[in-house]
Amino acid sequence: MSDGKVFMIFQDTADARPFIEALTQENPAATIIHQPGMIRFEAMGEIGITRAVVEELAGRDVDLQELHLTLISLSGNIDEDDDYFRITRH
Amino acid sequence: MAKKLNMRKRYELLTRGLGWEPTYQSKEKVFSNESYEGIKITDWSKWEDPFRLTIDAYWKYQAEKDKKLYAVMDSFAQNNAHLNLADATYVNALKLFIQGVTPLEYQAHRGFARLARQFSGEGAQIACQMQSLDELRHTQTQIHTISHYNKHFNGMHDPFHMHDRVWYLSVPKSYFDDAKSAGPFEFITSVSFAFEYLLTNLLFVPFMSGAAFNGDMATVTFGFSAQSDESRHMTLGLELIKFLLEQHEDNIPIVQGWIDKHFWRAYRVLALVSAMQDYMLPESPMSWKEAWEIYFVENAGALFNDLARYGLRMPKYHEQATAEAEHLSHQVWGTLYNYAHAASMHFWLPDEKKMDWLSEKYPNTFDKYYRPRYEMWAQMAKEGKRFQNGGLPQLCQVCQVPMLFTEVSKDDPMQISYRSSEFNGEKFHTCSDGCKDIFDHEPEKYVHAWLPVHQIFQGNCGGAAIPDILNWYHFKPEDGGDYAGSADETRWKAMHGETTGAASSDTESAEEKAAA
Ligand SMILES: [Fe+2]
Ligand SMILES: [Fe+2]
Ligand SMILES: [Zn+2]
Repeated sequence: MSDGKVFMIFQDTADARPFIEALTQENPAATIIHQPGMIRFEAMGEIGITRAVVEELAGRDVDLQELHLTLISLSGNIDEDDDYFRITRH
Repeated sequence: MAKKLNMRKRYELLTRGLGWEPTYQSKEKVFSNESYEGIKITDWSKWEDPFRLTIDAYWKYQAEKDKKLYAVMDSFAQNNAHLNLADATYVNALKLFIQGVTPLEYQAHRGFARLARQFSGEGAQIACQMQSLDELRHTQTQIHTISHYNKHFNGMHDPFHMHDRVWYLSVPKSYFDDAKSAGPFEFITSVSFAFEYLLTNLLFVPFMSGAAFNGDMATVTFGFSAQSDESRHMTLGLELIKFLLEQHEDNIPIVQGWIDKHFWRAYRVLALVSAMQDYMLPESPMSWKEAWEIYFVENAGALFNDLARYGLRMPKYHEQATAEAEHLSHQVWGTLYNYAHAASMHFWLPDEKKMDWLSEKYPNTFDKYYRPRYEMWAQMAKEGKRFQNGGLPQLCQVCQVPMLFTEVSKDDPMQISYRSSEFNGEKFHTCSDGCKDIFDHEPEKYVHAWLPVHQIFQGNCGGAAIPDILNWYHFKPEDGGDYAGSADETRWKAMHGETTGAASSDTESAEEKAAA
């Protein structure tokens, strides 16, 4: 992990809500930028979410790959499994 | 029932067995495109696809995306939501989009279909196959979304025909033609890495956010829907680069050369996007320069720090591109204004409010160089001497943009930058060091460039007079020229119950009744 910047951008829609809230909760150091139609999360080195948190927020079972529906863009190296989704800089 | 397998296992099972050894033909023959570029692959199984999306999940999510998008498009049409746009000048950005970008989506579809067939590694085959389908989806959803605007505004009736012929569209077209006529590894480096990873955010993120800001909910929805596939495409680009560099050290200089070339090619295409961002959005939440800082300077900086350990550096001339960010959109917009009579969309001079915004966003350059120009042109128009360029511009042999870029990085921003090279006793002109390097590296390729201006002079474009050429482009007389006084403007005003002196029969069209 380094101090390079990573980001994730989501659509500002109801479907993206559990992911947006999980990102907010789980990455307190991240900067959150609202722009028309979208929300951008920026952080140094790493950003990520875990399935348990997203499920808790959504109030249902969630497959993390559902983030493909509302993710607009990202920057960094992806590390993904059933239970977490992370973006890092080496 | 068996326990659910984890993601890694599911993905392994999906791809297992697809990479069989052929028996009645040699592998070299089956995958004939894989070796001629000099790229060395020793072990395709080292290919990592971090998303590990299986084909059943892929169909499920793509169907879901389309369902949502088409619901938005339907309600947009039912509510005549185009009436809520900030201003009808905005629609001209959609004209440029459908003519310039949508056909590229289709080219990408074809290019990735070829790669899915030609790569022998099964992980790469699957990723390319999915991307090929995505790009076809982008083509279709863009056509469907923009078809609503085509009912109410001019210039969007024949985008694919125009893409193949029109002078300003040869800029995006030639970029993709260049990539598609290269080998598969160069194609994927060009499209997935140089274009999608490094630069596509500049088109799809701030511009689409701007579309939302200007009341175009249909476009922002297709834009973000397409962009949701883009995270996969960008990841493919990055994984591909890492994979090539890890496979063999001989690949490094080849890949670096392609990154240099296609960064510069793609950046030149984005010159058009800079004008969309700064001038065609009536209200703009972000300037081209700000977008460049965030999505290129910061993002690429962090990325190439990551890639340095593989021996890769930032693309050549990236500093020039960054220096040009203060000038780019103004130079492009000025040129488009000069040739509005030969376009299938409208251009206009920025009003006071827009110019103040530009001064604020471009404090070092706008008031000094570009505001005076616009003020002079406005004065000329008022005196009935609207400035237009009657001649045909000299084009760069590589990027095909008219010679409009200046010596910004030589601290001489009012001097047009010209470069030239000799090949087989002939002289070829380029717009920059970046384009000249590209030409000099493969002159045999670029001497074949289909340059719209040369083709007109050679008599290959429908005739010698401008109306003949525009007819050959399938432009209608009402498609181009100034926005003020255009059929689009008349119609837009009629839709909002305003009348103009020059009401045309178009104002009596169906949409007016629908709006009433
Ligand atoms: Fe696309
Ligand atoms: Fe793409
Ligand atoms: Zn050029």
